[in-house]
Amino acid sequence: MSTITTPAPKKVNRIGLEVLNYKGAKTTLCAGCGHNSISERVIECFYELGVEPWRVGKFSGIGCSSKSPAYFLNMSHGFNAVHGRMPAIATGAIMANRNMLGLGVTGDGDTASIGIGQFMHLVRRNLPMIYIIEDNGVYGLTKGQFSATADLGSKLKTGVINDLPPFDCCALALRWGATFVARSFSGDKKQLQALLKTAIVHNGLSVIDVVSPCVTFNDHEGSTKSYSYMKEHETMLHELDFVPSYEDISVEIAEGEVRDVELHDGSHLRIRKLHRDYDPTSRLGALHALENAEKNHEVLTGVLYVNTEKPNFLEMLHMVEEPLATLPEAKVRPTKEALDEIMEELR
Amino acid sequence: MSTLEVSPAEPRFSEPGHTVVNDFSIQVATVNGSGSQTANTVLMRSIFQMGVPVSGKNMFPSNIAGLPTWFTIRASKHGYIGRKKEIDLLVAMNPETAREDVTKLDSGAAVVYDEPLKLDTLRSDLHFYPVPFDKLVAPVCPDAKLRKLVRNMIYDGIVAWLLSIDMDEIRQALVKQFGKRKAKAADLNWGAAQAGYDYAAKTFTKSDPYQVERMHENTGKIIIEGNSACALGAMFAGVTVVTWYPITPSSSLVESLIGYLKRFRIDKETGRATFAVVQAEDELASIGMALGAGWAGARSMTSTAGPGISLMSEFVGLGYYAEVPTVIYDVQRVGPSTGLPTRTMQGDILSTALLSHGDTQHPMFFPCSPEECFTMSIEAFDFAERFQTPVFVMTDLDLGMNNWMSDPFPYPDKPIDRGKVLSAEDLDKLGSFARYKDVDGDGVGYRTLPATNHAAAAYFTRGSGHNERAQYTEREDDYIHNMDRLAHKFDTMRKHVPAPAIQYREDAEIGFIAAGTSHYAVGESCDQLRDQYNIPASYFRLRAYPFNAELVEFIQRHERVYVVDQNRDAQLLALMRLEMAPEEIAKLRSIRYYGGLPLDARTITDEVISQEGR
Repeated sequence: MSTITTPAPKKVNRIGLEVLNYKGAKTTLCAGCGHNSISERVIECFYELGVEPWRVGKFSGIGCSSKSPAYFLNMSHGFNAVHGRMPAIATGAIMANRNMLGLGVTGDGDTASIGIGQFMHLVRRNLPMIYIIEDNGVYGLTKGQFSATADLGSKLKTGVINDLPPFDCCALALRWGATFVARSFSGDKKQLQALLKTAIVHNGLSVIDVVSPCVTFNDHEGSTKSYSYMKEHETMLHELDFVPSYEDISVEIAEGEVRDVELHDGSHLRIRKLHRDYDPTSRLGALHALENAEKNHEVLTGVLYVNTEKPNFLEMLHMVEEPLATLPEAKVRPTKEALDEIMEELR
Repeated sequence: MSTLEVSPAEPRFSEPGHTVVNDFSIQVATVNGSGSQTANTVLMRSIFQMGVPVSGKNMFPSNIAGLPTWFTIRASKHGYIGRKKEIDLLVAMNPETAREDVTKLDSGAAVVYDEPLKLDTLRSDLHFYPVPFDKLVAPVCPDAKLRKLVRNMIYDGIVAWLLSIDMDEIRQALVKQFGKRKAKAADLNWGAAQAGYDYAAKTFTKSDPYQVERMHENTGKIIIEGNSACALGAMFAGVTVVTWYPITPSSSLVESLIGYLKRFRIDKETGRATFAVVQAEDELASIGMALGAGWAGARSMTSTAGPGISLMSEFVGLGYYAEVPTVIYDVQRVGPSTGLPTRTMQGDILSTALLSHGDTQHPMFFPCSPEECFTMSIEAFDFAERFQTPVFVMTDLDLGMNNWMSDPFPYPDKPIDRGKVLSAEDLDKLGSFARYKDVDGDGVGYRTLPATNHAAAAYFTRGSGHNERAQYTEREDDYIHNMDRLAHKFDTMRKHVPAPAIQYREDAEIGFIAAGTSHYAVGESCDQLRDQYNIPASYFRLRAYPFNAELVEFIQRHERVYVVDQNRDAQLLALMRLEMAPEEIAKLRSIRYYGGLPLDARTITDEVISQEGR
């Protein structure tokens, strides 16, 4: 047996980086936590699309979900902000550097309770960024209290029944201005990948609410955010395929079977019909479908709404092309003549 | 039945022929929403144009229309521009307050009033000038709807005649006020002023001693509000991201800034903005956005008042601990809670210095004038980036919203200082970096900006415990090491904050320590103590926090040191106590005013005399 081996060539993406370059620190979340699956999808998607990791800004608030940005994309700057107020930090950072690809990760407590105000205003502004809600219906870090997305009648481990209706973050997002709104399940690898990749190239606010079971505090009988509940109640709206801009898309599409959404950078989202007709460009249709699903105890997953036309917040600000953060002094400090002119007016 | 006291019947008029030149204050009492602001500004400006040092202070209600408002104009040949407690000429236009306003006057003051108010029956020791405003306004303003707004211009004419203000100056001030585009409005108002002047000339015999005489003190000077001066400072500091939430008295700071940015910060080649301004949903969001932008490398700022500062508390702690630069303007108003939103106070000094939970300390700059609003703004943006921390520029309603005479602002003589930022080229040389490592011994680490095109640029910013490499930690030694470095950084700042302005007086046993707008009253009080009581007093004008060694030296060199506070709880004094030695604390005495009006010299002088046992 020879002792000399030739190492297999390292697998790299189109910008020459290995998947290792997209990883983060070792997770400290519970084994089996849905959030870890989502982190893995993030790593895969950013690697596969060949996104330059240093162009990404990771943002989070406070909670189990908000810890996860430390567990992926080590080569990206990250900002773990205060509870419920990640949107403000992200808004400021993205205004300062419009080339930054913003990736926000938050939870249902962070978004739907303390942060509902900032979430709604982020939605209203349609700030171009990815906003993932890791939704498990409970506060994990404080040991299992209900959050505002817990379903009416769902049960805590202690037996307490939730008697308030939930906020549906997807309904809020699509009604008030987000331009890519989806729901998924942390256990659905293929769907979540297609959604994340779409969000990466979408030129507006992408809100992805991912049901992500909490194995420690909300995975029991009576929970509506458990693995078993999702297995029984998840209803996929369609099958999704993401075709990146740099790939050949000249594949024949059968009429009526597939809806093709062309995205900002020339990528395509292929939406293949399953059991029902669903038009993800109709806001009213989406709200209607969510309303019906709630009545029927279904969890609709897939693309709920997509709008590739609406201007985003950065476009409305009419800023120069280069990032504000690095403008040279000559661009940001008016001349002495300008000051003299102002002084003269005030005499 | 009136409950007002009637003064003694003996008038105390000055001798005939006695005049008081360029040393008086005028108070105009009106109802807000009646267009009096134009008349008051024009009156103030006309005195300014005559070369006489002048100041104007608006005491207005938190209301849009219908509540009493007072505007005080002080002319002073000595250059005193603080509020003068005694009113020498009252213009009484508001029936609701007229009787009380008249009762408060010192004997010998003059009163211009609306004739039907019959104020002359109240006292016999004042100079009364009744004016039939309604009768005079009708012929000069045929449109009955506009009369309410034009009516006030009549008193400008009356006062001009009484004080010998050149009517050409009124005319010129009107043109300045309305600009070329509103020539019709200027003409209408000019007609009213003229009618007032003619009426006075025809009707009155001047019996009061007050008079304006031309001086040449104002050559080259400008008139500006502190808020606009801060806005200009921010623009010339190169601000790029501005976030705000409307609140009195700070709103006009950002509104003024927006106006200037639109004129001077649109890129000529592309027609696009070199800035972003966002009106946020609340102060929680405005500070969050400012920090996000500062973290990403923008020169960011937000502007607010006390209630906003309270709301920003949590985020400011994050800014301190995660070391994120931004500039926060606090245009202080009267608290606690909603307080008196349109009155002035230095009420946030102590809470801002230590804002947020845990051990936190924040640098504060205290401008006292529009010129310092401008220069300190530029310093504040550099300082925030140099020390990677939120910096507070503490003004107040008096400075922010009132009109001040000022020397024109100097163009910045130093290039912008972006602090310790590592570029991709730096990282090539270094290989890696530790965000929170004290490489230079000043407590300030090196940072990289997000989206720096380099594989080693990233670090993770967090409000949770972190080590030198910005990694999560709960270790005792890591935590203590980091907190000690932050304390060391704060110590370093002492040598770099704006230096105090100190006037040592020979043989002075006593000294004053004051900050911000207390300056005008303290400076005048020093003169009063010297001239009227033969007490020399030194004066240390604090221009920033953290304090530096000169403050201790000043206290040591005096027997008794009066710390002037525009708040009830002696906040500036309390802040000094936190770090002074017992022998220095023993020398400190407190002078406090907290009635919501701009501080005046007499209040200070009387208090010193009382505490000195004289």
